[in-house]
Amino acid sequence: MVADTSTQNNKPSIGDYLKNNIREYGLLVALVVIMLFFQFVTNGVLFKPVNITNLVLQNSFIVIMALGMLLIIVAGHIDLSVGSIVAFIGAISAIMLVKWGLPAFVVIPACLVVGGIMGAAQGYWVAYQKIPSFIVTLAGMLVFRGLTYVVLGGRPIGPFPKEFQLLSTGFVPDFLYFLNPAPELIQNMVALLAVVALVGYAIYAGIRDRRINEQHGTENEPFIFFAIQMAVIAVVALFIGFQLATYRGLPNVLIAMAVLIALYTFITTRSTIGRRIYAMGGNVKATKLSGINTERLTFYTFVNMGVLAALAGMIITARLNSATPKAGVGFELDVIAACFIGGASASGGVGKIIGAVIGAFIMGVMNNGMSIMGIGIDYQQLIKGLVLLAAVFFDVYNKNKG
Amino acid sequence: MDNIILEMRGITKTFPGVKALDNVSFKVREGEIHALVGENGAGKSTLMKVLSGVYPAGTYEGEIHYGGEARRFSTISDSEDLGIIIIHQELALVPLLSIAENIFLGNEIASNGVIHWPQTFARTQELLKKVGLSESPATLITDIGVGKQQLVEIAKALSKKVRLLILDEPTASLNETDSDALLKLLMEFRTQGMTSIIISHKLNEIRKVADQITILRDGGTVETLDCHSEDIGEDRIIKGMVGRAMEDRYPPREPKIGETLLEVKNWNVFHQQHRDRQFLHDVNFTVRAGEVVGIAGLMGAGRTETAMSLFGKSWGHKITGEVKMRGKPVDVSTIPRAIDAGLAYVTEDRKQLGLVLINNIKENTTLSNLKAVASSGVIDDRKEAKVASDYRSKLRIRSHSIYQETVNLSGGNQQKVVLSKWLFTNPEVLILDEPTRGIDIGAKYEIYTIINQLAAEGKGILMISSEMPELLGTCDRIYVMNEGRIVAELSKAEASQESIMRAIMRSGEKH
Repeated sequence: MVADTSTQNNKPSIGDYLKNNIREYGLLVALVVIMLFFQFVTNGVLFKPVNITNLVLQNSFIVIMALGMLLIIVAGHIDLSVGSIVAFIGAISAIMLVKWGLPAFVVIPACLVVGGIMGAAQGYWVAYQKIPSFIVTLAGMLVFRGLTYVVLGGRPIGPFPKEFQLLSTGFVPDFLYFLNPAPELIQNMVALLAVVALVGYAIYAGIRDRRINEQHGTENEPFIFFAIQMAVIAVVALFIGFQLATYRGLPNVLIAMAVLIALYTFITTRSTIGRRIYAMGGNVKATKLSGINTERLTFYTFVNMGVLAALAGMIITARLNSATPKAGVGFELDVIAACFIGGASASGGVGKIIGAVIGAFIMGVMNNGMSIMGIGIDYQQLIKGLVLLAAVFFDVYNKNKG
Repeated sequence: MDNIILEMRGITKTFPGVKALDNVSFKVREGEIHALVGENGAGKSTLMKVLSGVYPAGTYEGEIHYGGEARRFSTISDSEDLGIIIIHQELALVPLLSIAENIFLGNEIASNGVIHWPQTFARTQELLKKVGLSESPATLITDIGVGKQQLVEIAKALSKKVRLLILDEPTASLNETDSDALLKLLMEFRTQGMTSIIISHKLNEIRKVADQITILRDGGTVETLDCHSEDIGEDRIIKGMVGRAMEDRYPPREPKIGETLLEVKNWNVFHQQHRDRQFLHDVNFTVRAGEVVGIAGLMGAGRTETAMSLFGKSWGHKITGEVKMRGKPVDVSTIPRAIDAGLAYVTEDRKQLGLVLINNIKENTTLSNLKAVASSGVIDDRKEAKVASDYRSKLRIRSHSIYQETVNLSGGNQQKVVLSKWLFTNPEVLILDEPTRGIDIGAKYEIYTIINQLAAEGKGILMISSEMPELLGTCDRIYVMNEGRIVAELSKAEASQESIMRAIMRSGEKH
């Protein structure tokens, strides 16, 4: 074309940059706006320390499953079975812990293995027999739900031993209590210092990356965006950390979640496996012809999903302190919605871990906020559905405009 | 003098940041075949989209006069109502519907929404006869070849009372026999008084059928040549297209041929779908270091299938035969093994099979050899960027940066990205399947130059192409394939369009 001569590295203007990245900033802004909105309409209940702790506990399993689901969706597939896997894992953990009296340190890894096997059982049909994942996992959803009823004999099992419950109710102990300057205000010094350290590291790492990029001539985002983004994240994180510190500290689940988010962000952005999954989702034939074993890759994304669903299943079972046949009904939809709100593409190849996490929290904050406001489950569903549609429309609109 | 059916005056069409058409004028006489040529991006398709109402009146400047009146088309159906029918390069047929259903799709012979099948079938039969097809109207589109599909598209156009037929690269995916049939059909329509505009890269075909040729370059009209007042040679057309005389379309090369690299013996392959049908029979060939070897043949001769079955059994089944690299047997049973053995295969269809279009240049470049820029599964960003930048400058890929998505690149630059990807696996033998299909002449020259460089570096090149001049211009040796067999091996001295066609024809008689 005529204008293709501008191959020089002309710096994009701030407006252009915003236009090209409106999705990512938009998502963050949306989360903050939704949080502030509910903070206001609930008269400040949303950010009460107890409620923040609740928010984390209530959403951790959605976030954890969204990590696996994002990989599945990026690979060009879908997994409808995760809600049933959650229920089945809850059931067998109950059998092993309550009926057989096995210790938690045996049951937890065993359940993760079983989850992996359940993922593998579905991944096999998708990857090697080329049956559409929608059908395979729809079948899996029914089969695993059925198995749950069989295993539990239709009745809930509980309560669970203490050490298993710690999975979801435990907090990181305050081993730094001696540093506490204001014991009457701050209950847990570890929480506060951990968050401060994390924010410090994030800012340090961000600046370091920018400097390295500059040295290598790679484009940076405009400094003003970097600064605003860092400021928003720092303020939100420090505030939440402070609130948690005035209550019982950091929930174990939050730590597990943070570690997993970091791990999967790393996998998707830096590892060869991640890169190959994105390539496969973008064009499976070209990826296969590039010498990549796409079948094996697909298989492992389902195994991975199974393991994460098992972890989520144990967390929720521990939280409810009871394994019921109806556990996890409809979870798959929340998880999938989180990924799509977070910008994943239904046709594969596109999506970010951080997007799925923010998507999950948008859903979570809305659930929580609406419950506090006393909005019924009927309207909650309606509103969540509209938010999902609006988020995806926003994507499509931007793409067509661009 | 003549009756002008269409005149486009001062057409200017701007996209954000790009002037795609700049004051283009275009005049077509009634009853002629008018060829529209130009490099990719010259504005041919844009001009036709303006004409047919894809870009509605008001989104461009200029005037369209058609049939003696000024027209402002705001939708495609406006132009179709007046008999302007466009057949796009990518066929718009529904594969799992029948010929009859496709021809009358959206235009069904029906009353109150109920389709009148007997009449539909009768009309279809009539139309098919006009385009020389004897298929039943109930045949599914997926069951007929691309050549016949193209004819069905034309029959569909005829069903709409076409006065001006526009064909956008109608023969790009056709073999020579099918192309000839199509061109003959156009000439027949001309005797019946129909006007056609044909967009094509195949200059020999244009010379065969066109009455006038309009050349576009960089969004502007260069000239309109009248084929009857002077003899227009291909070089004359190319000069207009590229703006300079291209004495030699193929860069010169001094072949330095070394030892035998790839040797394939008794390669037998059965058909992928029709599993009891043997498709390739005892295929034998060799490729030596520094040598460019061509495979000529018609569409369906088994050239792509040979390459794909060799490259990790990507096509066919019950594959038997021997593959040696530098005299040693190698295992090519999976794609990773074939790559390890030193093979690389640049596919025919770069958009579907060559590139991950939504990924950027960097990610596509390293896809086949990610290990080389990673340690223990973690990608080294800087190393990867360096590799991609090196190939980008070495192969002169024109882009903003290595972070540009490949979907936004031109055909020639996309092909260079695919080549980068395979060069980064450091292969000994590169199989290039139609490496210059659908790219403009300037970019073709660059691809040939790259091929020459690779041969000079001692790599073996196996080149599959449907364009015989290209094989003749670049290869040291040419194998001719027909119906799954190698039917001739011609040295550079022996090879000519005639000798290749003779080999194909003679082998056809034997079976």
